[in-house]
Order: sequence, then structure tokens, then C-alpha cells
Amino acid sequence: MSAGLTIKLDIRERMAGSISYLIAAFLLIGVAGPLLAILGKSLLAQSGEFTGLSNFIEITNVAGFWSAVGNSLWVSALTTAIVLPLAYVFAAALSRSAMPGKAVFRYLALIPLLAPSLLPGISLVYLFGNQGLIKSWLPLGVSIYGPLGIVLGEVFYTFPHALMILLTALAIADARLYEAATSLGAGRLRQWFTVTLPAVRYGLISAAFVVFTLVMTDFGVPKLIGGQFNVLAVEAYKQVIGQQNFPKGAVIGLLLLFPALLSFVIDYFVQKKQKALLTARAQPLVAKPSAFRDVAAFLCCSTISLWLLVMLGVAVAASLITLWPYNLSLTLAHFDFEQMDGGGWLAYFNSLQLAFWTAICGVLLVFIGAYLNEKLKVAPLAQAILRVLAMLPMAVPGLVLGLGYVFFFNHPQNPMHSLYGTMGLLVLCTVTHFYTTAHLTATTALKQMDTEFEAVAASLKVPFWTTFSRVTVPVCLPAILDIARYYFVSAMTTVSAVIFLYTPDTVLSSLAVLNMDDAGDTAAAAAMATLIVMTSAMVCLLFAIASALLGKRSQAWRR
Amino acid sequence: MNRNIELPLAASADYLSIEGLAKRFGAFVALKQISLNVKKGELLCLLGPSGCGKTTLLRMIAGLEFADAGEIRVEGKNITRLPAAMRDYGIVFQSYALFPNLNVADNIAYGLKGRSSDKTARVTSLLELIGLAGIEDKYPAQLSGGQQQRVALARALATSPGLLLLDEPLSALDARVREHLRREIRSLQQRLGITTILVTHDQDEALTMADRIVVMNHGVIEQVGTPEEIYSHPQSRFVAEFVGKSNWIKARVSGNQCLSVADAELYALHLPPLPLGQEVELFIRPEAVRLHVTWDAALLREPNTALADVSKIELLGSFYRISLHVPVWNADLIVDLSRDQLALYQPSLTQRIPVSLPHDQLRVFCSKDAA
Repeated sequence: MSAGLTIKLDIRERMAGSISYLIAAFLLIGVAGPLLAILGKSLLAQSGEFTGLSNFIEITNVAGFWSAVGNSLWVSALTTAIVLPLAYVFAAALSRSAMPGKAVFRYLALIPLLAPSLLPGISLVYLFGNQGLIKSWLPLGVSIYGPLGIVLGEVFYTFPHALMILLTALAIADARLYEAATSLGAGRLRQWFTVTLPAVRYGLISAAFVVFTLVMTDFGVPKLIGGQFNVLAVEAYKQVIGQQNFPKGAVIGLLLLFPALLSFVIDYFVQKKQKALLTARAQPLVAKPSAFRDVAAFLCCSTISLWLLVMLGVAVAASLITLWPYNLSLTLAHFDFEQMDGGGWLAYFNSLQLAFWTAICGVLLVFIGAYLNEKLKVAPLAQAILRVLAMLPMAVPGLVLGLGYVFFFNHPQNPMHSLYGTMGLLVLCTVTHFYTTAHLTATTALKQMDTEFEAVAASLKVPFWTTFSRVTVPVCLPAILDIARYYFVSAMTTVSAVIFLYTPDTVLSSLAVLNMDDAGDTAAAAAMATLIVMTSAMVCLLFAIASALLGKRSQAWRR
Repeated sequence: MNRNIELPLAASADYLSIEGLAKRFGAFVALKQISLNVKKGELLCLLGPSGCGKTTLLRMIAGLEFADAGEIRVEGKNITRLPAAMRDYGIVFQSYALFPNLNVADNIAYGLKGRSSDKTARVTSLLELIGLAGIEDKYPAQLSGGQQQRVALARALATSPGLLLLDEPLSALDARVREHLRREIRSLQQRLGITTILVTHDQDEALTMADRIVVMNHGVIEQVGTPEEIYSHPQSRFVAEFVGKSNWIKARVSGNQCLSVADAELYALHLPPLPLGQEVELFIRPEAVRLHVTWDAALLREPNTALADVSKIELLGSFYRISLHVPVWNADLIVDLSRDQLALYQPSLTQRIPVSLPHDQLRVFCSKDAA
């Protein structure tokens, strides 16, 4: 009896250990391999000989390299300088005022997340381009094709990212601190400098780095509207796709990895300090109505939301109008993708397929990985690998990850070479690309569960998978749905990593937007972008309904 | 390799025996050479301040931590390396760890196997046992802290384990519920006759519930004994100070049963053999100190008696605590008096009062560490 039980238990532990190793292996292949490949490639000549740092030196001598570096830096800095105040005002209005319509504004602010970063570029072309609707608003001699367009587009693209960080930072407010400050006679300005700023400064730093890195490594917007204005991200794309110069692409990729890693490290320390600010005894701050402040907050949020809506609306409108701006009659002709280059409906259905499989595989891998890591003490080596590699993708721009995949999976000696160009590789790449955020969501939900559940289950001789399916999954269901939705929408909108990995058979809708725009079919590009936004929005809606329904059934205990 | 050789049952009725158990976490020594026996059917309490190693010891008995050295045996069988799921015990944690998405019945039946009608019957009888019949369909969030605690207890008892482990089971409850549940758990434990190990930092809990108390500090056992032994015969200064209130008087050994304090001599019945001149500290419980109504000739013959200044009279609910200073002993004392005693002795801040230290109640500790 006892010996039989030992073997049974042994199998349980070994099973948990084996799954841990499988997930660790997945991350080694999906994250570590490609990153090492890019590092290796940057040190080799195009012929394959080891050349040390000569690629790095050589690239600095290429005409236009330094100007691309400079351009990238100042465009990123300018975007950050514009987005931060906008996002701060918006976040402060949402969390510290009593204005009406907060829930609506919160949803509107997240619009840009539903679209690929190409969408603002398209809208800007329709608004300010050569045949732009309000081109006359631009000062004479100023063109939207260039830094102006890039900055405007990137502001749209990065706004929700900055907003979410600042909302979190502002949510940490202890009402008693403000009461104490008021009772000590501090005025509003002094209260802001002595109470608010110290609490949100880490959020501001974090948001600044995130925005800067996003702009630095995004190539959707500059590709569409950058014109002759050269930036590093587009340069890397040109080197690899245009000139097939892999070592130079690798070098630029590594250069882009540097600010991302830096911002990741800074964010890591900043987050630690942020946590310390939150004490369990803090009283939540409830904003009291104040006519002037609330009206001002409402006006600010309305203006910003209106702009976001216009950017989205222009692309939607353009997709429905026959020939902008000459023939404004409505048509669905632009959705007849079969008549155009770029992939057509195949691209759209490929995207759905990618999003579906990414959501399924992502949820399974991330949640099971996080569960084993958080709750079971098995396979310490695999757990250590998982902890490090789960956090790394956050620091790796999609562009760099995509390049790494090219070098790693396209290598003739790689036994997984046959994966290259398949939908499977796109799924693998997308799951890893967005792994960190999903992993953190899962970990946060798991950490909120009592640490002794597994111990109690063990004392009752119930195997871990029973507790996992009867307790852990039902309790974490909201987080699980959240991860699935996040993966689905991210897979629908992603451009940067997958652009290096698709073949004509596996072309995706976001890439079709790029290709159709390249071919001069801007209206069709707008139509495809619209389709992506609508799909993402529908999926978000479906998930909201699903979690509401499931909530009623399986979350009855939460009250 | 793991043969599980059946050893002949030890002659005593020890259910669990621990031999030389040691554990360290990095540089921190959690347990040093712990040896302990738990008798069948008794409630043993592990008492000590936080960080003393009591929880670590409990988790090792549960198989949630593993020892660096030493042995744990249950009824003679070595279980030191056995995983938690292969040991025979039920456990209640401080947080109760009730599954929030399962109702009371499903929580209690979580470890039960077999037909569902059997499970339902078992759940019903367990709920009756803990005095909460009829709450099967409620979720943990709908129960009070005390009810949750009892449901967790029922879940731990459901599989009829041979050993019950309670990890600070009452710490999260308010004082009134705690007192009620102390009695309830104790009577349940006695009715079932289940061997139980209770971890607590609350001395009252230990004194009222335990058959025997193990006082722990810095990873070692300071004393094992019945509540009475622990309270009235503490074997170390730590135990004396940790359990109950205490008075301390500095003294020096001056003869057989004889000690010199500031300006006087005191007698202690239980004076261990110590060299003359050894610095010691005398210990006496506040309720053992005796007061007298008036200073008369008879008191001159009473040993260990002196006049004291009253510095404070505090009401602590059902009794009064009097703070005294005795000039000839150069000692500050606290004395606990019932309301009747207070009416009898009528201490006042303006009048000196005679005080005696019964020589059989005085205990002697070397100035450093235990005597």
C-alpha cells in the first residue's frame, strides 16, 4: 500500500516537474535562442566569419546612420514630452475629479490599443497628406510626411500605454495624507508638490521610459508617414528585408535593444519603490465635486477623446468613401481585398487564426507556467529559467525579437528550421512577444490566493491537478479571460515582430495594411485597418459578455 | 531504497517522537537539535515568540518543510522524508485556507472519497459536531471568522486523521470569539481523543487548552511541562518572563537557603546549590506576594517580610494590580489583588504596607540565563 502510494506521488511530482521543464524549454527556444542568435549574428560578417565588433564600427560609417540615430532620439524625446502631460491630465481627471462620464472616457482612451500602429499613419495621411482634408491647417512648407507626422502618430499610439501606468500610480492615494496636509494649512499647489508628486513620480518615470522605448522601436508609424525622414527602426527593416544584410540588421537591433533594456531595468527598480508606497491601511481618496476643476477635467478629456475618435473615425470613413476627397459617395469596394495586392482576405483569416491559437496556447503556457512557479516546489532549475525568461520579453522590442527569430530559425543547422515560414512560428513568436504582461497578470492573480491551499490539499491527499482545476482556475477565471483577450488583440494588431517571419501563405492583416499602403492602395489599407479595429473591439466585447455571464455562474462566492 | 521497515511499537504510548531535529534557512538557524515526544490523545502546545521555530517545527511534522538533520517517527515509523500527502494528519492554518469558490459542504468533503451519499452524511455529522448544522450551501465569504475557523477544523477532521495540527488557529479572531472557541476546540479534541499539536504565541491559549506545553525560543526547547508546571515552576528566566507576569529582585547567595538583598536577608526554600557570593535574581509571581493589614509583632517572626511604599493602584477588570517599592530590598514589585483582598488590605498611596514573599514561592535564577 505504502510503496504503491510512493510511486503514485512520485509520478505527480515528476509530472509537475516535466511540465515545468517543457515550459522552460519553450522559453529557451522562443526567447533565449533568438536573442543569442542576434547577438551572434552581429559579430559575424555576411559571409559567416567571426569579425568581432567590426559590424558595429562599419555601420557607424554608413551614410545617414548617425542622422537616423539622432532622428530616432529626438522624435522619441518629443513624443514623450507631449504624451506625458496629456496622459497625466487624463489620468488625473479620471482618478482625482468628480466629472461625469469617467467610464466612457476610460474606454475611449484605450481605442489606440485596438489598432495596429499603422492606423494613425493612415488617418494622418487622409487629414494632412497631399490630398488631405485639412491640409490647409498646416503652415506653408510644412509637410506631414516626416517628423511631424511621426510624432502625431506616435502620440496616438503610445497614449494608452502612458495612461495606464499613470492611472495605476494615481490610484495609490491615501486620503488621510491630503486631509493632514489641508489641516496643516497647505494650499493646493503645495499639496501637489508635497503629496501628489512624490507618489506619482515613479509612475511618471516609468511612463516616460515606456513611451520613449515604444517610439524608438516602433516602425509602423515612420514607415507609413515618415517620408524621407530616416529612423533606426525603419533602417533595420530596410537592411534585413530590402538589402538582405543580416549582420547590419542585427547590429541595429542590438542598438534598439539597449534603450529597451535600460528602461526595463529602471522600471524594475521604480516598481519596487512604488509598491512600498502602498500601505494596507491607506484610506481611498474619493474626489469631492468642485465645479471649476470638474468642468476643466471634462473639457480636457473630451478634447483628447475627440482627437482619438477623429483619428479612428478618419480611417473608418476613408475605408467607406469611393475616392477621397473627390468622390465622397459611400462604397464597400475597398473591402474587396481580392482585387488588390497585399494578401486580401487570406491575410484577415490568417490573422484570426493566429489570434485564436495565440490566445489558446498563450493562456495555457502562461497560466500553467505561472501556477507551477508560484505554487509548487518542483524542478528548481526549470523554475529559475522560467522566472528570468518570462520577464525578458518585456525588454525586447518586437522588431528585435523578429530579427532574432529570422537568425535563429532560418539557420540551416537548426533542427527546427522547418518551422520557418509556418503559422506555428508566428504563434510561437507572438506568444513569447507578449509573454511578460500575460505572466504578470497570471502571477498577480495567483499571489492573491491563499498560499496554504496546496498544503491543505496535500494534507487531504488530493493531487495538485484537482486543486488546480477545482479551485485555482475558477478563482482566477477573470485573470485567465483577461490574458486570452490581451493575447487575441495583441496578435490582431502586431506588426513589428511578425513582419520578418511571414510568407505569402501566412501573411497577416496588419501586414496587409502595410503592403497595400506601400502599393499606393491607401483606401484598402484603411479598410483593412478598420477591419482589425472592429474585430478587436468585437472580441473585447465578447470577452466582457463572457466574463459577465461566467461571473454570474462561477463567481457567486465573490461578494 | 525506501523499505519502511516496521519497527516494534515503543513501550510508551508516544504517538509522535522527534529526535535531534535541526533546520536552517541560509544563515538563520530555525531549529537546533529538537527532541520531543507527543503522547497519544494529548493536546500539545508549541508556545513561543515569533521566530522561535514553532511554526517551522509544525511544518516539518506536516511534511511542508524538510529537516537538515534528525528524525520524526509516528508510531515508530520513520516519516522524516515522507512527502506531505503520504502522512496522516489534518491541518488548520491561521488563514483557514478555505477554498473561496466552494461552499461549506464541498470544502469539508474536499478530501473525502467514495459515494456522494456517504460524503453528504459525513459532512452533515461533522457540521453537527462543530455546532454549525445547516450551513452546507454557504460560501466562506458569507461566514464569520469564527464560523470559518470551525469549518476549516471540520475539513481537517473529515478524513479522520490520526493527528491534528493547528497553526495559530485563533489569532485572526477577536477576543470574545477566541475565548469561546478555545473551550470548544478543547472539548471537541477531548471527545474525539485525537492527538493534537497547537502552535500559538498566546500564553493564555496555551495555558487554558494544553495538556502539555512546549516553550520554545531561538530554535530550542526551553521547557516542556503541564500548564501548572510551566506557570509555577518555570525552569528558565525566559519561560518565567514569557508566561505570566513576574517580579524580579537582585540578590546574592549568602548561605544555605539564604540570600542577601540590598539591606536585608531573604530565605528561599528551593535554592539550588550555588557558590557563596553568586549573583542571582529572585522570581515570584504577582499573586504569590502576600500583603498584611497591619504591622504587628507577629510579623517580625515571619520571614521575608518588609514595609513597602505603594506607588500605583490600577484596575485591570476583575482584579487590581498594585505597584510597590520595598526600600530595604531595593525592589519594585507588582501584586495582583482581587476586589475582596483590596477591600481587606486597603492599600493607599500615603501609607506603608507590610509585604511578605512566601519562601516556598521564591525561585532563584542566576543573573545570566537559567539556574
